[in-house]
Amino acid sequence: MIEIIDVKKSFKEKDVLNGISGTFDAGKCNLIIGSSGTGKSVLLKCIVGLIKPDSGQILFDNRDFTSGDKESQTEIRREIGMLFQGSALFDSKNVEQNIMFPLDVLTNMSKEEKIERVNFCLDRVGLANVNDKMPSEISGGMKKRVGIARAIVNKPNYLFCDEPNSGLDPQTSMVIDELINEITKEYGITTVVVTHDMNSVIEIGEKVMYLYKGHKLWEGSNEDITNSGVKELDDFVFANRMMKKFR
Amino acid sequence: MKSLGKFLIFTGQMFVRRESFKTYLSLVLDECIKVGFNSLFIVTIVSVFMGAVVTVQTAYNLVSPFIPDYVISLVVRDMTVLELSPTIIAIVYAGKVGSNIAGELGTMRITEQIDALEVMGINSTSYLVLPKIIASLLMYPMLVIMSGFLCIYGGYLTSLATGIISGHDYIYGIRYEFIEFNIAFALIKAFVFALLVASISAYKGYFTTGGALEVGKSSTAAVTNSCIAILLADYLLAQLLLA
Ligand SMILES: Nc1ncnc2c1ncn2[C@@H]1O[C@H](COP(=O)(O)OP(=O)(O)O)[C@@H](O)[C@H]1O
Ligand SMILES: [Mg+2]
Repeated sequence: MIEIIDVKKSFKEKDVLNGISGTFDAGKCNLIIGSSGTGKSVLLKCIVGLIKPDSGQILFDNRDFTSGDKESQTEIRREIGMLFQGSALFDSKNVEQNIMFPLDVLTNMSKEEKIERVNFCLDRVGLANVNDKMPSEISGGMKKRVGIARAIVNKPNYLFCDEPNSGLDPQTSMVIDELINEITKEYGITTVVVTHDMNSVIEIGEKVMYLYKGHKLWEGSNEDITNSGVKELDDFVFANRMMKKFR
Repeated sequence: MKSLGKFLIFTGQMFVRRESFKTYLSLVLDECIKVGFNSLFIVTIVSVFMGAVVTVQTAYNLVSPFIPDYVISLVVRDMTVLELSPTIIAIVYAGKVGSNIAGELGTMRITEQIDALEVMGINSTSYLVLPKIIASLLMYPMLVIMSGFLCIYGGYLTSLATGIISGHDYIYGIRYEFIEFNIAFALIKAFVFALLVASISAYKGYFTTGGALEVGKSSTAAVTNSCIAILLADYLLAQLLLA
């Protein structure tokens, strides 16, 4: 479980996060939703420590991440897997080397063990025979899968995904969402997914946090999202025509 | 002033939380190939032509019958060792290697590859930048030594081909009143320039923000800033060590 308490962040004069609190449960896909530019990515980067929040606390299973020393921060970081918006695969390495990378630098596994683990993860994300391909040679959907494989290769306790289905067609998006959900359940990982895609909310939104201009306006499950009573959220949920019909 | 401070912090960060020695060894070797081996072609071309041109032009300027022919190759030698090989090649090196380093790191920054390293708990500055700087320090002095030979040899070939001076006089000239310290001076310059180009370019690339356009800007800034730094350092070193 990850707990965030009153996280604030501003860039220069601009307040991006105005005191966000909440919890993300283990074994669940926890969604952070909101329209573009509301600070979702900034919140995610604060949680994983890429951006230092101005104030507030972030607890990974009751271990303080924000005020801990370098050593304990690194320890927590090594339990984190992250899928980036653009997949962030290393251009100079092929698929196999990309996925193996965390094992190379963080573990003392033998070459055979590493290859076995890489192939297991590739298989888990539904890819085969791409080990020698370079990132520039595979499609966007495959990159996301490789990104997921790299994120889970070192058996993380926490998985973070920033817009896992941006730039993908609706069908592939759904497959990726389901993959993330399954992996979360299977290994009891605490997963946090940032998205602005209502399809994801409907598919895997067991626990949803709604951000609006740096404020948390609502929290709940996808079953209750249509009767939240929050006007901004209703506007977000019923943005497209098909959803308007349901309303 | 603020960016100088940021630059110093940046270089300081490289030496904390390091990965295993083996990881670094393979990274440094990779970089040596990129920085050194891949520059061989351009350095060879530039050096040989530089030697040829300097020989022809020096001969053109020294027409007095009172000046013996071997002075031409003596001048070529001293110019090559003191200035042409370390400094001019450094400018070429900044154009090739500096823009490459800044472009690579800038792209890694904007595509979040640097963030990916940080999330894994890896110190991205020491992982990405330190190997480049070490490789530059190892390879650039070697390029300068090679360039020196090729430049003087280029002059030799020209004198043979055109008959400006005889091969015998040329060899006599390059051995006449040879000052060993000049070689040490050239190598000191080489180390300083190698450090400047690699660290300035890495700094420019590492702190890129934005998109592809900004990566291009970082590359350009890396080359211009490196060139300015090279010329400033060139002047300072000459004042310090030769004056
Ligand atoms: N490094 C930064 N410096 C300044 N402003 C930033 C930075 N990162 C994000 N912002 C600003 O914070 C706001 C929220 O951005 P972000 O979290 O990326 O939005 P999104 O919810 O679409 O992911 C944006 O207005 C953006 O301009
Ligand atoms: Mg975002």
